[in-house]
Amino acid sequence: MKGSVIKYEKDNIDTDVILPGPYLKIHDYDELAKHAMEGIDKDFHKKVKPGDFLVAGKNFGCGSSREHAPIALSYSGVKAVLALSFARIFYRNAVDGAFLLPIEIEESTYKDISEGDQLEIETSENKIRNITKNTIYEIKPFPELIGKIIAAGGLFNYKS
Amino acid sequence: MLNITEKILARASGKTKVSPDDVIFANVDKVMVHDVSGPGVIAVFEKLKKSGMRIEKLWSPEKVWVAEDHFVPAADKISAQNVVLLTQFTKEYGIEKHFKYGMGQYGICHTLSHEEAMVLPGEVYVGGDSHTNTTGALGAFAAGLGHTDVAYVLLNGKIWFKVPETIYFKLNGKLPDYVMAKDLILKIIGDIGTDGGAYKTMQFGGSGISEMSVEERLTLTNMTTEAGAKSGIIEPDQKIRDYLAQRGATNYSEVHGDPDAQYEKIYEYEASVLDPIVAKPFSPENITVARDLSSVSLDKAYIGSCTGAKLEDLRAAARILKGRTVKIRTEILPAAISIFRKAMDEGLVKIFMDAGAMVGPPTCGACCGAHMGVLAKDEVCISTTNRNFPGRMGHVESRTYLASPLVTAASAITGKITDPRDVK
Repeated sequence: MKGSVIKYEKDNIDTDVILPGPYLKIHDYDELAKHAMEGIDKDFHKKVKPGDFLVAGKNFGCGSSREHAPIALSYSGVKAVLALSFARIFYRNAVDGAFLLPIEIEESTYKDISEGDQLEIETSENKIRNITKNTIYEIKPFPELIGKIIAAGGLFNYKS
Repeated sequence: MLNITEKILARASGKTKVSPDDVIFANVDKVMVHDVSGPGVIAVFEKLKKSGMRIEKLWSPEKVWVAEDHFVPAADKISAQNVVLLTQFTKEYGIEKHFKYGMGQYGICHTLSHEEAMVLPGEVYVGGDSHTNTTGALGAFAAGLGHTDVAYVLLNGKIWFKVPETIYFKLNGKLPDYVMAKDLILKIIGDIGTDGGAYKTMQFGGSGISEMSVEERLTLTNMTTEAGAKSGIIEPDQKIRDYLAQRGATNYSEVHGDPDAQYEKIYEYEASVLDPIVAKPFSPENITVARDLSSVSLDKAYIGSCTGAKLEDLRAAARILKGRTVKIRTEILPAAISIFRKAMDEGLVKIFMDAGAMVGPPTCGACCGAHMGVLAKDEVCISTTNRNFPGRMGHVESRTYLASPLVTAASAITGKITDPRDVK
């Protein structure tokens, strides 16, 4: 999985920022995508490209349980969010709905990755390759069940 | 050696014992959706049907209940359509417990969960809303989920959880006059941070919790969400039994932790030294004592939400507002119709209106910046709600201070952030 980085060097990017409250009444996924990250970056919708990765600090997706948040990012084209840590509901919404990959990264990785870097994520090898910087970062494997749900393509496709 | 959360999750997953980090599928006793998560779940159902899945019935419609709360009274055409969609859904799948606005009891989902005794001690309760944690104060495992997960529960009656570690908050002694549960939970969030409870259960106990009323306990568990917690919980006691019995619920199976239950960490708080606390923009962890902020001028005071518009919250506000006049725009929205009625019967509504405040119908509206009282650019609000992220209550450059109903009411009459002990 290859893509380029949009980086927000910020902790606690919350769901009110990822998809603001007034749009909660909308359930058309492509329409939601137009408002992704509106609370922090008005131009996000214009600059995001299919296959992009978001990079952010700790506790990404904190706040509400709105599945609109990973939906809006996913339908904007974002394939993975790389963050120091994730809020629990955002994490399980991303995985169970198969919207995007939530990948926890180390502090050193977070610091090393820059806006616009080309990355290749290889979850099967627990690695991220930074093509721009010619570096490799290790990532922790997903917990067993999470890995299985991701491999199945979401909770409804997972057979226990 | 199991704590209450581990015992509930063990029972719900058919095991004698579970430990933190075990991944289990738990059978669910109750599930809730509202007018935001309901249409979200309906969208998931549509997607599943398109992919070829046959959906004819829910696993157990009598265990499902529905609230209309976020964009009601219908804020605009899309919201009105969502409410219609929700009604079609409950009819199609035979869900009888649908609290509709303008038809008797309705209100904010978390408020109904306790006002209507929808959830009982020992149960596993999930809801399509992050503040589902609230109801853990009754001694249930209560956690918020997204649309896909709730759809999965509606069809399968179970969902996966990683068994959480529990952090235990012990309150020694009764809270002093003018200090409320809201002050304590803001203090705790300030101490541990907005991810201090992440993936964990926050349990509350000690003599101060035993002394505390049921509604005040619900304020604590409600805002465990703001510390990132999976759930908040309090062991049920006689106050809970009485509260539920008054609401017609006496048949349930309580769960209690073992005397040697394990906790990841224990925090102790001395009630007597606590002060009224305010969380400044733009995070619930950004706290200080109310008196530090006495120079902050305000445009609006908001007394509403699942966190801050229960009957006792309204009584607290009335205690300050009685015989006084508000200096800034003040909006008071009881969290459920049953609470509105009690507030009327007790004369609280008259006190509010005599003070010049506006009294409105139950809704999540302004708390999440959706409708009915959103903030303009640069407006400053003091609010009994639970979040103050950028744009939470309106314009992204508006500012919200979170506080107890006493602090909020005291600030309403001075126009500046005010410690209720300083109101002359």
